[in-house]
Amino acid sequence: MEIKRIKTPLDDAVIKKLRAGEKVLLTGFIYTARDTAHKRFIDALGKGETLPFDVTNQIIYYCGPSPAPPGKVIGSAGPTTSSRMDLYTPQLLLLGLKGMIGKGKRSTEVKEALKRYRAVYFGATGGAGALISQSIVSSEIVAYEDLGPEAVVKLGVKDMPLFVINDMYGNDLYETGMEHYRK
Amino acid sequence: MRQIHVDTIISAVETLFIEANIYLSQNVLNAIQNAIEKEESPQGKEILRELIRNAEIAGKEQLPVCQDTGLAVTFIEIGQDVHITGGNLSDAVSEGVRRGYQKGYLRKSCCHPFTRKNTADNTPPIIHTKIIPGDVLRITAMPKGGGSENYGEVRMLIPAEGKEGVKSFVLDMVKKGGPNPCPPIIVGIGIGGNLETSAILAKEALIVPLGVRNDDPELAELELEILDEINRTGIGPQGYGGTVTALDVHIKMLPCHIASLPVAVNMQCHVHRIREIVL
Ligand code: SF4
Repeated sequence: MEIKRIKTPLDDAVIKKLRAGEKVLLTGFIYTARDTAHKRFIDALGKGETLPFDVTNQIIYYCGPSPAPPGKVIGSAGPTTSSRMDLYTPQLLLLGLKGMIGKGKRSTEVKEALKRYRAVYFGATGGAGALISQSIVSSEIVAYEDLGPEAVVKLGVKDMPLFVINDMYGNDLYETGMEHYRK
Repeated sequence: MRQIHVDTIISAVETLFIEANIYLSQNVLNAIQNAIEKEESPQGKEILRELIRNAEIAGKEQLPVCQDTGLAVTFIEIGQDVHITGGNLSDAVSEGVRRGYQKGYLRKSCCHPFTRKNTADNTPPIIHTKIIPGDVLRITAMPKGGGSENYGEVRMLIPAEGKEGVKSFVLDMVKKGGPNPCPPIIVGIGIGGNLETSAILAKEALIVPLGVRNDDPELAELELEILDEINRTGIGPQGYGGTVTALDVHIKMLPCHIASLPVAVNMQCHVHRIREIVL
């Protein structure tokens, strides 16, 4: 299977080339955030405050890792279910967020926003947290330390294995894949 | 009367949860390996290969196979000739869970239902007990992730719906879950008893090793029929499309009320963690 290598920050030129169903290896920096962190993002924006990091051309990873054992950058670090973040996502895409990594289907609103703002939704393999942890080379808390495993963490990644699920053209791997193999 | 001290139970539970979270059983690994052959989709095959590599890395690096190290579910069979000394059983199981999740660098995933405040030590565990003849204590540890657990349900079917009703309920749940419970999945089905018994039966059904069929030929056939239908949905590994959506389906059944047909579905992901010890 052909594999594309891509780097953060994500620009339009890269996003235009990505198609649902492709495997990619991602290198650069990504930011973890789960439901509570997302809620705080939106609350902050509502109050006219800035976000703890600039989301322009960045990628958010829906992940709450297991604790890092001594001597390791991170514990097991696979994706969590993305749909819990659907409500908050379009607003972040509007601000310039270019990608999300998670697992599971997105809402129609999110898929529409991906087309409108030219962004991509990637799948990381659920239940492959040990494998994924091997591509994480650095980890630094950016905000909300009080949330424990749900804090916002900046992760340095090298060749993180992902699949493109929703591209900017409206293709959805969950739909086309299932359609193709249904018997 | 045989005496078992709580310290023995505490350290057994601690070890069971650490090992269950780090090492997938050979039974599960074989099932994933076989699925690579069966899977028709290239993406699906690639995912399944990732899962095998993931298990290898988890063992080598001593990391949990999945970061969702689950709620701590235990099934405990207590021989009626066993006397537990030095404390009580449920405190001992809790303490074992507390120590295991701390020492094993496992994620604590237990919280208040409304405030969502984490209990910070992954307790309380879920403890199912059964009294059995004899003088042994059997503990089965089953850390259970939230992604798959969320697609479980109990339905009180109309008796006339029968086997077809069971099938369409299970298929409904599988389609509703789609990629979310991290396919390839394993499906536990509890039929009969009453509301709560059917749910416990569904969870117990997950303990049956993959590839082992029900003793009752009728249920064995139903398991295979449901498995086949699930694998025709096209959902595939991770929901990326494919021919292996489930690794297996297990049914447990008990008699029920003449007016009822309770059926429960409990989903499990490929990170199927089970460890057992007999004390
Ligand atoms: S459903 Fe299973 S494999 Fe997926 S994240 Fe949860 S525990 Fe891990």
